[in-house]
Amino acid sequence: MTASTESTGTLRGKDEIAAAIARDIAATYPDGAYVNLGIGQPTLVADHLPEGSGVVLHTENGMLNMGPAAHGDHVDPDLTNAGKIPVTELPGASYFHHADSFAMMRGGHLDVCVLGAFQVSAAGDLANWHTGAPDAIPAVGGAMDLAIGAKRVWVMMTLLDKQGRPKIVPECTYPLTGVGCIDRVYTDHGTFDLAPDGVRARDLAGITRDELGYLLAGVVIADSDHPEQPVRD
Amino acid sequence: MTARVLGSYDEAVADTPDGAVVLVGGFGMAGMPVELIDALIRQGATDLTVVSNNAGNGDTGLAALLAAKRVRKVVCSFPRQSDSWVFDGLYRAGEIELEVVPQGNLAERMRAAGAGIGAFYSPTGVGTPLAEGKETREIDGRTYVLEHPIRGDLALVKAHVADRMGNLVYRKTARNFGPVMATAATTSIVQVDRVVETGRLDPEVIVTPSIYVDRIVPADVLETQEESS
Repeated sequence: MTASTESTGTLRGKDEIAAAIARDIAATYPDGAYVNLGIGQPTLVADHLPEGSGVVLHTENGMLNMGPAAHGDHVDPDLTNAGKIPVTELPGASYFHHADSFAMMRGGHLDVCVLGAFQVSAAGDLANWHTGAPDAIPAVGGAMDLAIGAKRVWVMMTLLDKQGRPKIVPECTYPLTGVGCIDRVYTDHGTFDLAPDGVRARDLAGITRDELGYLLAGVVIADSDHPEQPVRD
Repeated sequence: MTARVLGSYDEAVADTPDGAVVLVGGFGMAGMPVELIDALIRQGATDLTVVSNNAGNGDTGLAALLAAKRVRKVVCSFPRQSDSWVFDGLYRAGEIELEVVPQGNLAERMRAAGAGIGAFYSPTGVGTPLAEGKETREIDGRTYVLEHPIRGDLALVKAHVADRMGNLVYRKTARNFGPVMATAATTSIVQVDRVVETGRLDPEVIVTPSIYVDRIVPADVLETQEESS
């Protein structure tokens, strides 16, 4: 795949980001992949997987081949996803207890995990569980297990936070979820591989390369014309 | 000793001592043993340590136990939810202790307890605040953190069907922590939708073998009793 750093002129919405992730999963794993989609926006990826992609969704509360959200008469309180939303099962689904579910993850059996993030460092550190605010009640759930568990861990987020500060940073200032665990970040401003020689844009949206360098001050932007393998490939 | 099938939830938790460590199954409300928790509230044991994935949802189940001020400490992965107002209030008032454990480590620490493992090295949490103060070790170039087992004095679990010996099957994602907690407690107490005669469950599909189960309370027996009394 060639890396283009031409700006497309418009920012990507969350559905477009999810669609980009879904396309890359299908392209990277043409024979199907075992994928965990984190709580929140990453769940949108499921809606964009191409028909026949063969992707099997894992939900860490104990199921493989999870189907879409359940509605009406199909809602079963005993069948939910990790966000406690009622879901359905697809043919070939299986259920297992929590220790097995996290063994699947920790044991490196999942191909891809997609997570949200507060911050990602250029070296692939992830902060997504705690703002560190003194009045915040800490709650980690499966975030730390997911961060180090899958063969590839990708982040889906906006490039900037609500205050306009970049979320790809030289060093995370929020408490860490995992160290050196992220190899790619999908954002509204484009997709970035976290490579040994810096952050490499796979594509850009609504931003030029110069603007990216200005926004991500302190982060090394790698030359996109000489793509190297991402950190964890 | 094989499991005993009991006629009431209250009988099942009657001997719970103050200060007990109680493993409570469920992921949100799926698999939450609400009737056993209600019985524990009536029973009155206090100063409890509760180990569960969450710290209560809404006002029922685990949240009701917390609201009754029976819990000194919660060990869980995800206390903060949109409907965890009971826990949130107690925590902010400094009336409850919290130990946050990554979800997979929580499950594995109980699995280790049930499996007789002294401690184990996990890659989860390395380099994060939740590994601070814990022993770490590099094995084949990767860093791991030492995690210790979590044992319960009792486990409160909800399963779908039991046979009279105590073999269990669960239902869909309500299985979650149940099979692990049943192995990790001195006394495992299980509420089920119904009990069938021994031999009626296919041995190939049993999820929790009877050796891990001490007491069973079936919902259908109780309904029958209430109707006839």
